[in-house]
Amino acid sequence: MAIKDYIRERFFPHMWCPGCGHGMVLNGLLRAIETLGMSKNEIVMVSGIGCSSRISGYVDFHTLHTIHGRALAFATGVKMSRPELNLIVPMGDGDALSIGGNHFIHACRRNIAMTAIVMNNRIYGMTGGQFSPLTGYGAMATTAPYRNIDHGFDIVQLAMAAGATYVARTTTYHVKQMTEILRDAIIHEGFSVVEIMSQCPTYFGRKNKIGDAPEMLEWFKNTTTPIGSKAKQEDPSLIERGVFVQKELPEYCSEYAKVVERAMKGRS
Amino acid sequence: MSDNVKFLQGNEACVEAALYSGMDFFAGYPITPSTEIAEQMAIRLPRIGGTYLQMEDEIASLCAIIGASLTGHKVMTATSGPGFSLMQEALGYAVMAEIPCVIVNVQRGGPSTGNPTHVSQGDVNQARWGTHGDHAIVALTASNHEDLFRVTVEGFNIAETYRTPVILLFDEVVGHMREKLVIPNPGEIPLVERLKTSVKEGIDYHPYLPREDGRLPMSDFGAVHRYNVTGLFHDMWGFPTDNPKIVHGLLRHLVDKIDNNAHKIAMYKDFYVDDADRLLISYGSAARSALHVVENRRSRGERLGLLELQTLWPFPAQIVRERARGMQSVTVVEMNKGQVLEAVKSAVDKPDRVFLANRTDGVLITPTDIRNFLRVIKGKGI
Amino acid sequence: MERCRMVFSGSGGQGVITAAIILAEAAAIYENLTAVQSQVYGAEARGGATRSDVIIADSTIYFPKVNQPNVLVCLTQEAYAKFSPIIRPGGLLITDRRYVTLMKKVDARQREIPMFETVMDKIGKPIVFNICMLGAVIAMTDIVKPDAIMKVLERRIPENFLEMNRQALHLGIELGYAAKR
Repeated sequence: MAIKDYIRERFFPHMWCPGCGHGMVLNGLLRAIETLGMSKNEIVMVSGIGCSSRISGYVDFHTLHTIHGRALAFATGVKMSRPELNLIVPMGDGDALSIGGNHFIHACRRNIAMTAIVMNNRIYGMTGGQFSPLTGYGAMATTAPYRNIDHGFDIVQLAMAAGATYVARTTTYHVKQMTEILRDAIIHEGFSVVEIMSQCPTYFGRKNKIGDAPEMLEWFKNTTTPIGSKAKQEDPSLIERGVFVQKELPEYCSEYAKVVERAMKGRS
Repeated sequence: MSDNVKFLQGNEACVEAALYSGMDFFAGYPITPSTEIAEQMAIRLPRIGGTYLQMEDEIASLCAIIGASLTGHKVMTATSGPGFSLMQEALGYAVMAEIPCVIVNVQRGGPSTGNPTHVSQGDVNQARWGTHGDHAIVALTASNHEDLFRVTVEGFNIAETYRTPVILLFDEVVGHMREKLVIPNPGEIPLVERLKTSVKEGIDYHPYLPREDGRLPMSDFGAVHRYNVTGLFHDMWGFPTDNPKIVHGLLRHLVDKIDNNAHKIAMYKDFYVDDADRLLISYGSAARSALHVVENRRSRGERLGLLELQTLWPFPAQIVRERARGMQSVTVVEMNKGQVLEAVKSAVDKPDRVFLANRTDGVLITPTDIRNFLRVIKGKGI
Repeated sequence: MERCRMVFSGSGGQGVITAAIILAEAAAIYENLTAVQSQVYGAEARGGATRSDVIIADSTIYFPKVNQPNVLVCLTQEAYAKFSPIIRPGGLLITDRRYVTLMKKVDARQREIPMFETVMDKIGKPIVFNICMLGAVIAMTDIVKPDAIMKVLERRIPENFLEMNRQALHLGIELGYAAKR
């Protein structure tokens, strides 16, 4: 199927700013789905609130655009009621880890098969550039006019500690890696977390003097490195990219199927 | 004794009714005094291949059942005041996106953690206006297990008919007390099943284009029609819009589909109302005490009647107005500071003849309490 | 029949709530009577005096709580101190000497019945103390037949525990008849 068959052209043009990284994530995601040859009817995309969450409107899947922070909870209901469906849950950094932080760690812990994509632009873009739990210490935001004193989460570490069985990080600069990671995350039998560092030139780049979209992509290129690279040893401040965890553990829906089996046989 | 005769708690009766209705997906978070519902669901649902899901909080619980409803299941969650407060945003989502679901609130005393193991009816107005924005809502209640069973089944029927969340506003006394319940045979209470679209694959399906009768046929997630569902104002495709005409039309549809059918949704019971000269209006466990008083006074020749409300929202204003007409006094018996009282006052012709008999200390209002209120009202020369 | 309003009280673990449920279920399902059972929950139910109310009647029961019991069972000193003042004048108050020392006269028929001692003597298992109590109550009140209680127990209890419960019930019934005389 051609890439454009996966989108709802009727609802274009999209609402993202020029230079926004989220369109690149959409592109990478659709390419991953295309390589898997998935049918549109077997994919459910559930999103929350924020710039990132608008992605669900543009794709021709079953799409559920929900409330702020709760996408994973809605997705859990969809998945548990129809385990054969493939769930993809794109979220922003504030959506997934601030208001939705609790649902995030619990979805990791259950190891329910779905793909959580955290489009991390380190800012609340939709509301105009307030700091998020990923903005990081010392950065500027409209609600941190004297620099941010909140320390950022490390999404990868958090997901690993909470029990996710596939955890990866990439950026919008590394589009080939992005597509490969998303493809593997989607076919992973368990809870997958993919952090994609995505640029918000409008509110993060400008405010923090990193520059426009090209400069921000350049910045992703220069400040990240493959996991375990020599460069990382020389410069520990570099952010590692790649697959951090990929392991097989019992998946939640199949565990629940065993509960049903035990209950039907009258055992405990 | 046959298996359909049971001696059980109101909370357990609610579970029986939900299963009778075909509910097969429950998500919840334990909270007193509703916990027995979750416990029973955890036992019963896996046996029939259904899903019991314990979520991380009440917000997630309501979100999860909304997700499951979209794949074609009849769904339920159960909670009490603090959890119901947490659910309010997702409740509004179910209103806006028109997702059938049933939310049980076994009321405790509030505000806040309040009086967890004691009775109250303090969430009546929260059920009406807890979520933000203009909207219509359905909230039902019951005073005994037989009624609770029927009201619960009817709750599922209303949820499906109008594509709306339905709140079952029970209370600690009815939830926890045990009495006999004869479970109706299959078919004895008609069930409303999900109205599904007849639009074939490949032909445009408009998920939010109401039929002439106002109903919206659904298509399950995972089936042949792919569409968008959102909490934003949306067009007939389910796609977000802020077009004033569409916003106006959708809001009107959301309110009208409930309010215009208030007479169909109205459930109530009359006791000795026909020849009464004084009327009690009550609901939930308070109505048990009210009925006790009515039976007792009738045996002494007094013409006291009771209107027991089972539908609280949309408020059955017309029924209340008709019943109250010509009464010397109307006394609302409830366990809050007068939440239904205000609705009654605005419904009747003579609001100055409407009085409150209430109790708000976590103890079930007693027949003696009610008699004392009636004495005081009579003392006012009414 | 006259409406029977009962309060069973004691401490957690004595099984007073279970006994109340069994009695009410027996009346409602096997005696064609109306019965309502309720209990106090929460912090009050953890330690301190446990209480369960049962009303049995041959007509509809509206108000489900008991304000003035005409049968009151107190199985701890604390429960006795707390609830004995609420008994209906002329009602029946049942206690067990093992747990309760009668302090003052109340306007009721007070019966001290050695239920715990008998259960330990004859069966040796304190777990069926509550069923013995139930036997004493039904013997003294004639509210339901022993057969109805047994039918409930058959529904609720694993078969290998049934005989022990039947024994406890009949010990209670004998004690109840003795106390009635």
